[in-house]
Amino acid sequence: MKLTKKHKRLLARIIASIALLFIVMFLPVTGWIRLCLFLIPYLLIGWDVLFHALRNIAHGQVFDENFLMALATIGAFFLGEYPEGVAVMIFSQVGELFEEIAVNRSRSSIRALLNIRPETATVKRNGERLEVSPEEVEVGETIVVAPGERIPLDGTVLSGESLADTSALTGESVPRMLSPGDTALSGCINQTAVIEIAVTKPFTESTVSKILELVERAASRKAKTETFITRFAKWYTPCVVIGAVWLAIIPPLILQTGFAEWIQRALIFLVISCPCALVISVPLGFFGGIGAASKRGILIKGSNYLEALSRAKTVVFDKTGTLTKGSFSVSKCFAATGFTESELLYYTAAAESFSSHPIAQSLKAACADANNAAVEQAAEKAGFGVTALVDGHPVIAGTSRFLAEAGISVVPVDDPGTIVYTAVDKQFIGAVLICDEVKPQAAQAIASLKQEGISKTAMLTGDTAVIGNQIGAQLGIDEVHAQLLPEGKVSALETIGASMSAGTLVYTGDGINDAPVLARADVGVAMGGLGSDAAIEAADVVIMDDDPTKLIDSIRIAKRTMRIVKQNIIFALGVKFAVLALGIFGVATMWEAVFADVGVSVIAILNAMRALRFHSQK
Amino acid sequence: MKQTFRMENLDCANCAAKMESAIAKIDGVESVSISFLLEKITLEADESRLEEILKKAQKACKKVDADCRIVL
Repeated sequence: MKLTKKHKRLLARIIASIALLFIVMFLPVTGWIRLCLFLIPYLLIGWDVLFHALRNIAHGQVFDENFLMALATIGAFFLGEYPEGVAVMIFSQVGELFEEIAVNRSRSSIRALLNIRPETATVKRNGERLEVSPEEVEVGETIVVAPGERIPLDGTVLSGESLADTSALTGESVPRMLSPGDTALSGCINQTAVIEIAVTKPFTESTVSKILELVERAASRKAKTETFITRFAKWYTPCVVIGAVWLAIIPPLILQTGFAEWIQRALIFLVISCPCALVISVPLGFFGGIGAASKRGILIKGSNYLEALSRAKTVVFDKTGTLTKGSFSVSKCFAATGFTESELLYYTAAAESFSSHPIAQSLKAACADANNAAVEQAAEKAGFGVTALVDGHPVIAGTSRFLAEAGISVVPVDDPGTIVYTAVDKQFIGAVLICDEVKPQAAQAIASLKQEGISKTAMLTGDTAVIGNQIGAQLGIDEVHAQLLPEGKVSALETIGASMSAGTLVYTGDGINDAPVLARADVGVAMGGLGSDAAIEAADVVIMDDDPTKLIDSIRIAKRTMRIVKQNIIFALGVKFAVLALGIFGVATMWEAVFADVGVSVIAILNAMRALRFHSQK
Repeated sequence: MKQTFRMENLDCANCAAKMESAIAKIDGVESVSISFLLEKITLEADESRLEEILKKAQKACKKVDADCRIVL
């Protein structure tokens, strides 16, 4: 921990004034000389407070903390409590020093978090390599990224093969392979080899800028707790000060006792009149939560969403791309008697090889041999199937109806999923079952949601009820709404929302086709947002990669953050009100008051900093 | 249009809140938010009068804390 110059100077003043205070306290002097001697350490430690107080009073800032501190200590001097006056000033400065150090520390840890902004970009212009600021690079230019450097702008890899560390964006430590033609995202660190990238987006629209902007802007969407604190702070100081004035005047008039005692009690009020502990620690806590989330590749667009997430009771998922991989793959082959599975796959994949349909792609992926087949006269009947000549054999592949039309009877398969029936030389050779695969972490995610107190999970899908129910049962989802058109998803969500008795409704989708649903939910979470502007725009929370367990992390972070924020509010208000109450009855002294002011601030800041450190419980 | 500026010597969170409410009252300012932790101010204001508005905002900050200023 390094101290800044300013802090070192303040520390020196604190030490010097403490020493002077001790010397003066033991000097056998009285009267004016004693006052003058005590004024030396007082002015040494407090001149800047007095200066700021005067200047702010000139600006009409009556409830300024410097002014109130000055008033409290000068008041102590008037009451003849010279050592107390000096000591309170010293302690408030010690507190100030701690507070500033704590603020600096939190500022620098936040800065470290946001330190993914690339400083320079190496651009190729007229055959020369120039180092420029990333803002100056235009779309279409070629940039060179050396190993160890951060990719400054989004683009397409032109040459070079390398691994990229995406952990700054996704929180995922497994590096991604970058080869020519791949999309390179800014903010990733190029690890193994030099790559050249054709820039596709200007810096301001590149991923790294978008993420930074989002995190920084998150602070402006305030949680209810935050607005409450701001409003509270506005009222707190004037109320405490007015309370102090009453305390100084009314009791002595009623009780007919001296003013001195009550003025002293009133001064205690003034010392506690700054709501700083809350005003700093509450936003810091929220920021810490947002920061901890972004470290794990979860972007939360505002502390209001953090608050809403912490109260989540119902979680609704979109099926495709969220719980399932969203890519089809061959899951089973049913070869007819007399044929092998590889024959079946070969002919089916070859016949489909000219189709761009995702199902055809999954077949191609399952059978590499099919690429070498001689395919002629390929024709596609959309929604039904394809016909082609494969190695000279006529092949028909598609729905059972499509084959029936050609006069071929099939052995039907009842498994949920898409089934491709295939016939070669007018003879049925079998069926291939193609399914969208469930993500490996999906079941764990649903189970952990229950542990986190989510009372209901639901899934929305455009697929048939058979597929929906099967996946729902496999993952342990409470409710499945199937065969929904995009508009139907909104009304299904509304139905679920209407049946909720408490908490908030979270919707998790891929953010591409479900913008209206994302907007309708209390918290819309888009998954797999890396590189997708649409998802980043539409959602309240963006999970950069497509791991559904990150949703659990988001909820845990939200709950933890809210817990820390509440602790701080209760602690700060509790101590302040307790000392105020004790002060009225003359039990609390200036010392307790100083603790209730700066001591509480420092503790609250340190507690809020914990929100930044979140470790997933995997 | 939203614009963000850095701030210098923003030393107290309560001051930041005071500045925010003072700047919000300036004519032509649509929204303003000051982040104490990032030492940044984000201003959404009438573009044609931006210069005048920024001057007023600068003044408003000075009034709360004389050392604090917006870096333009």
